[in-house]
Amino acid sequence: MSVLVYAENWKGTFRKSTFEAVSYANETAKLLATDVIALSFGEVSDDELSKLGNYGANKVLSASSINKGDSRETSNFFAENTTDASIIIFASTYTSKMIAPRLAAKLKIGMSSNVISIPLSTSPITVSRKAFSGKAIEKTIIKTEKGIICLAPNAFGLTETGGDCSIEKINTTGNRSITIEGEEIASGKISLAEAEIIVSAGRGLKSPENWGMIEELADLLGAATACSKPVADIGWRPHGEHVGQTGKVVAPNLYIAIGISGAIQHLAGVNSSKVMVAINTDPEAPFFKAADYGIVGDAFQVVPKLIEEIKNAKN
Amino acid sequence: MNIVVCISSVPDTTSKINFTGDASKFDSSGIQFVINPYDEFGLTKAMILKEKTAGNVMVITVGDASVEPVMRKALAIGADSAIRINAKPTDSYFTANAIATYLKENPADLIIAGRESIDYNGGAVGGMIAEMMNLPFVNACNGLEIDGNTAKLNREIDGGKENLSANLPLVIGGQKGLVKESDLRIPNMRGIMQARSKPLTVVEPSSDENLTSSENFEKPAEKGACKLVEAGNEKELVSLLQSEAKVI
Repeated sequence: MSVLVYAENWKGTFRKSTFEAVSYANETAKLLATDVIALSFGEVSDDELSKLGNYGANKVLSASSINKGDSRETSNFFAENTTDASIIIFASTYTSKMIAPRLAAKLKIGMSSNVISIPLSTSPITVSRKAFSGKAIEKTIIKTEKGIICLAPNAFGLTETGGDCSIEKINTTGNRSITIEGEEIASGKISLAEAEIIVSAGRGLKSPENWGMIEELADLLGAATACSKPVADIGWRPHGEHVGQTGKVVAPNLYIAIGISGAIQHLAGVNSSKVMVAINTDPEAPFFKAADYGIVGDAFQVVPKLIEEIKNAKN
Repeated sequence: MNIVVCISSVPDTTSKINFTGDASKFDSSGIQFVINPYDEFGLTKAMILKEKTAGNVMVITVGDASVEPVMRKALAIGADSAIRINAKPTDSYFTANAIATYLKENPADLIIAGRESIDYNGGAVGGMIAEMMNLPFVNACNGLEIDGNTAKLNREIDGGKENLSANLPLVIGGQKGLVKESDLRIPNMRGIMQARSKPLTVVEPSSDENLTSSENFEKPAEKGACKLVEAGNEKELVSLLQSEAKVI
């Protein structure tokens, strides 16, 4: 018996979401008194692979010839190497969401996604998950003996164990159904799913030229930038920054909403943030009902002042 | 080209979500239902592809008779025919199995599902259909061009994108980027009239098997009141975030 976890890399580097999934797998393995086996696809150095040990992986299976973008190949590989696994863990990444359902159908085992708790029970596997875009928490039972759990973003945190893992290289020649032409990863930018802090702005900013101060504030805090739906729709900001029910659902430690009124669809995408700050001229803006802290005021005065005070506090 | 778009009927994004007295089920009373926004991007893409290649667009759903207005809307937007598999979906496997079983008998060149539905957010139906039909699958697809039998695709990969190509038939999980928000179509009167006479066929599911069960729902804990800081006193906000909230 074992707990299996998908350890996703981006161009050979693991991210926080990877370590979070391994940490979760480790907690789950404790419930079952068993080991954690991590699966990695693509070229990853031994140094990088061995980092998984620190979060509780006992063994890493590294299949360098498999590309994570081919869901048929990856789910086949999982199926061949999971005969012993009782629970299979995925993070909340786009690639995870591509592999997990295929694997569930292939093995004919239940899966639950957006999970926010370690299993409440392992027989049957029972978990709490977010549903209705964060407006509800659902308790779900996986009826099959084995099951797949996909985590919600930033719901669990990291647990370092100081442990080591063994590395096993697996050579396979998969049967490719998709050609990967290339990948583009925005460098130097923190991805929204990973960000501990997000600085987000809306129509209150009045024009796209005014985003300089938003980016400055984000840089200062080591934060990612985001925006509301109207701002993405009118082309002031790229669609990848749209946060909300039909954009990205995020769960940072701190979400700062500047000039965003707080429509129900926007709040659905951000209400799992641990702390929320609203800055808005309108004291009746719905965001103030959801926020922990707020300033009623003009963003063009408040934000530069905030930047200055954060600089002061840092010195 | 035969295109199938999987449609989920979901509560309008502005809906307040409530549950039945015993918290076991979603309370749909007073709720306006719409085409799942991710499916609507897919449907719009299907319409654009159909116009380019003279194809055929079929929409398919799993649901009871209450979802028919949403299917009629899909027909009014321009789908040629609709299939309703007559069952209340009980989990992703149940839904995917019902659709895949039908599509194995009625093959398509391109099957478009939404990345996820905005109600249960399972995000699993598209991938499961692909596996059940042994087809390639690209999720979170935000770019698709078709040339003959080949599809060029982009998919989101958290902070970037991957460029792929695959042969048809193929399953995708669609999202924004597949088409722009401004490409979305509002049914016009002619479309609504035509939709009335387009075929909406009801078929019975072949299996009632599911692999998960929903036990109960609760609402997330209410937030405490917002602490307001005076404009001009940003220093206090910074200090609260540092020492009270401990987030910066």
